[in-house]
Amino acid sequence: MMPTSDYDPACLPDLLPLYYRRLFPFSQYYRWLSYGGVSKNYFQNREFSFTLKDDIYVRYQSFTTQNELEKEMQKMVPYKIDIGAVYSHRPSQHNAVKSGTFQALEKELVFDIDMTDYDDVRRCCSAADICSKCWTLMTIAIRILDRALREDFGFHHLLWVYSGRRGVHCWVCDDAARKLSVAARSAVAEYLSLIKGGEETVRKVVLSDPIHPFINHSLSVVERYFCQYAIVEQDILGSKESVDKVLALLPEDILSFPVVLSQYHIKKGGQYFDKEIMLQYCYPRLDVNVSKGVNHLLKSPFSIHPKTGRISVPIDLKELNTFDPFEVPTISLICEELERPRADEAEDDDVKDKENEQEAGERHYKRTSLAKYVKVFDRFLEAMARSRKGEMLQKSDLQKDF
Amino acid sequence: MQFPGRRKKLIGSSQNDLYDHCLQFYGQPPLENISLTEFETFAVERLKLLKTVENLGVSCVKNSEQYTKKLDAEISKFFFNKEDGISEYEKRRKDHISHFILRLAYCQTEDLRRWFIQQEMDLFRYRFNDLHSKHKTDFLHKNNLKYETVSAEEKKSLQDKLIASSYGLSGTKVEEHDVYKVPFQDALDLVRTRKVYLLAGNAYIPHHEIVTIVLNDFRTRLSKALAMTARSLPAVQSDERLQPLLSHLSHAYVGQDYSIQKNIGKISLEQIDALSGKSFPLCMRHLHKALRENHHLRHGGRMQYGLFLKGIGLSLEQALQFWRSEFVKGKVDADKFDKAYAYSVRHMFGKEGKRTDYTPYSCMKVILSNPPSQGDYHGCPFRHSDPELLKQKLQNYKVSPSGTNQILELVKGMHYQLACQKYFELTHNVEDAGFSLNHPNQYFTESQKLLSGGRDIKKEVDMSQRSQENPASVTRPSQANSKQAHEEMGDLDSFFQDE
Repeated sequence: MMPTSDYDPACLPDLLPLYYRRLFPFSQYYRWLSYGGVSKNYFQNREFSFTLKDDIYVRYQSFTTQNELEKEMQKMVPYKIDIGAVYSHRPSQHNAVKSGTFQALEKELVFDIDMTDYDDVRRCCSAADICSKCWTLMTIAIRILDRALREDFGFHHLLWVYSGRRGVHCWVCDDAARKLSVAARSAVAEYLSLIKGGEETVRKVVLSDPIHPFINHSLSVVERYFCQYAIVEQDILGSKESVDKVLALLPEDILSFPVVLSQYHIKKGGQYFDKEIMLQYCYPRLDVNVSKGVNHLLKSPFSIHPKTGRISVPIDLKELNTFDPFEVPTISLICEELERPRADEAEDDDVKDKENEQEAGERHYKRTSLAKYVKVFDRFLEAMARSRKGEMLQKSDLQKDF
Repeated sequence: MQFPGRRKKLIGSSQNDLYDHCLQFYGQPPLENISLTEFETFAVERLKLLKTVENLGVSCVKNSEQYTKKLDAEISKFFFNKEDGISEYEKRRKDHISHFILRLAYCQTEDLRRWFIQQEMDLFRYRFNDLHSKHKTDFLHKNNLKYETVSAEEKKSLQDKLIASSYGLSGTKVEEHDVYKVPFQDALDLVRTRKVYLLAGNAYIPHHEIVTIVLNDFRTRLSKALAMTARSLPAVQSDERLQPLLSHLSHAYVGQDYSIQKNIGKISLEQIDALSGKSFPLCMRHLHKALRENHHLRHGGRMQYGLFLKGIGLSLEQALQFWRSEFVKGKVDADKFDKAYAYSVRHMFGKEGKRTDYTPYSCMKVILSNPPSQGDYHGCPFRHSDPELLKQKLQNYKVSPSGTNQILELVKGMHYQLACQKYFELTHNVEDAGFSLNHPNQYFTESQKLLSGGRDIKKEVDMSQRSQENPASVTRPSQANSKQAHEEMGDLDSFFQDE
């Protein structure tokens, strides 16, 4: 396990400038948000919002080039960075635009899964706390949503990001996703929602015949993890209180269930209560409002979480089962690693890096624990580039361009 | 010199380009010149068709055999032309032009627009469902709706999943009927409620649901178009040739709603009891009796009856007096009445709140909205009463057993308005009511006319002579069938006579 430097929020003013000068992967970031330069001014019309020192919040930040983005971020040293929509005009000039014509046009389809929304079914932690026992919920959420977004909705380019404290975000970056209307986004989010009801509702999942294939797929994911998660880790049968909570989800006449075999039960849906319980404990809780709005601002990948110091890093789905949020590097760690080279780096690399240090600032992250996460991001960008190339070939074939 | 035969062919090919399908979304307005006569004919006939669609929608179950048969007949009539062999082109042209003319008449107010859209949608739904599956797909493609049908192999491989996702699908249905593949963005209502199977970004929609998607599209387009039409209307209305016709067309629908109070004050409160037995339709007679017996009516009843009374000519002062005198006999003291109920009576007359002058409920509204529950007396007795109770009530009101049976038969067939008409005929001792009932106030007016004798008896004689040559045939679609279109056209004005 990597030695983690203790993170102290008071150090942020010193660490952040270093982070933005030497570690933030600007080149990949710019590459991402330009989307191959297919749409003119796509990057220039993108809104960013910054939270500065002392909680000063500024919206409608926009930049014309990667260089400008770097310079501004190094100058303003934001504590938090959010990404918004691509607008009809440069956000930084929105006041100069005729009223009514400044509009949000496109944005990635996003999802925000927050552990606090599971408090009614978590025993180990509550509120902003997380631990390895409840992190499984995130794993389940990612598997369910990733499958659905790819297989049901046909999306290909999904970026899953650790939020830095208690949840994960999903950025669906396909062309089609970015062009979705508000109604479409909300329809997708509702399709993916199974947990209905707040404080007042005891039974939050109700299944009826026939069961939609989407629910069946989701159930098989939940079933894979349920025993280990709920019975062992969460120990839902371990205390009277939590047993009572489970029992509250069962139909009242459960005791007579084996005796009364009539249609009565089937009509009541009584036969699905086991599935309903598993779903209620494990199925992802989505905030539809986050996904609905085209102009909604969401925390940027590679931004820092001021309370934990952790970097919002992309998650490699191939290694999902071993992902540990407590192993995600903090800003203090990687700043420290900058100063001293990593023990496992080959000498050759060291020399090469020292030579190139002058050259490209972005290489510096390679000396730190951030490197592997940037690689995940690189692979994601590569896949999108290949896809774009494929599309252009198709188009030119159709047009018979040579 | 061109021979007629050859000339027809030439026209035919360009005609085919213009109307390449028997159905259309009415996206492009017609560009040709037409005669004023044709303008009027087309408009009136389509309006008749739409009124039939409306009435059938209330009195029959949609897509039932009866509905289909009657609507089919009406549509054939619409497309019928006195010359032999009306060409497909001419049919489509009439469809096209008549729709656009009616847009002019029905774009002006929210109510008119809503009515027009509803009937056009119902008509479209019927005609679309009637198409052969190949023509359905044709239509979709021609209108840039990228909906492909799923191959038989794919259907088979996805069969279980399809059945598990879509309402009303069974194995045989999947085999026999088409399933359409539609980008999920075009099926949001089904996606949102998870009532459809999704795969790779496509929604797999069974044929009985594709029409819903198409209809949504139709409604959106028509709604936008009507809003735009409304904006260019002033220019159209300034044309003196068109203005009277257009206002007649829309008035033909609006004029019936009894919103304009005639004969205010001609009825005195003392007459109401007698009138309720003689000239009130059953629903209002029922409400009046309940009010007299219980000295109270709940909100639904107060609205339905109160507005009806307004429609027959009660003034606001009379209405207040009427309701207060009744409620005070019950549990409500005068003070409470003035505080609570008086407000709502004044509201009905448009003297409170947003000052909308509420219109008396039509039969359709009474039948279709706000069904009564325990303790309510509103609604339509033919629709909402238990047949046994209805039978008893009719017997109490001295309706003959054979008459009662006729009424109950009509009720069983869900012809509630016809049943009420029969009630009219039996209580007024006439063979034929002479009108097509669709409003309680209409019932009252017709009854009063009949009972006051004179001109109206003559009208009855006229009725029996000219088969269905009903002067107000456009405003009130007649019950029986065969009409010769050209006969009606003879006297256009008579079409728009108010009662």
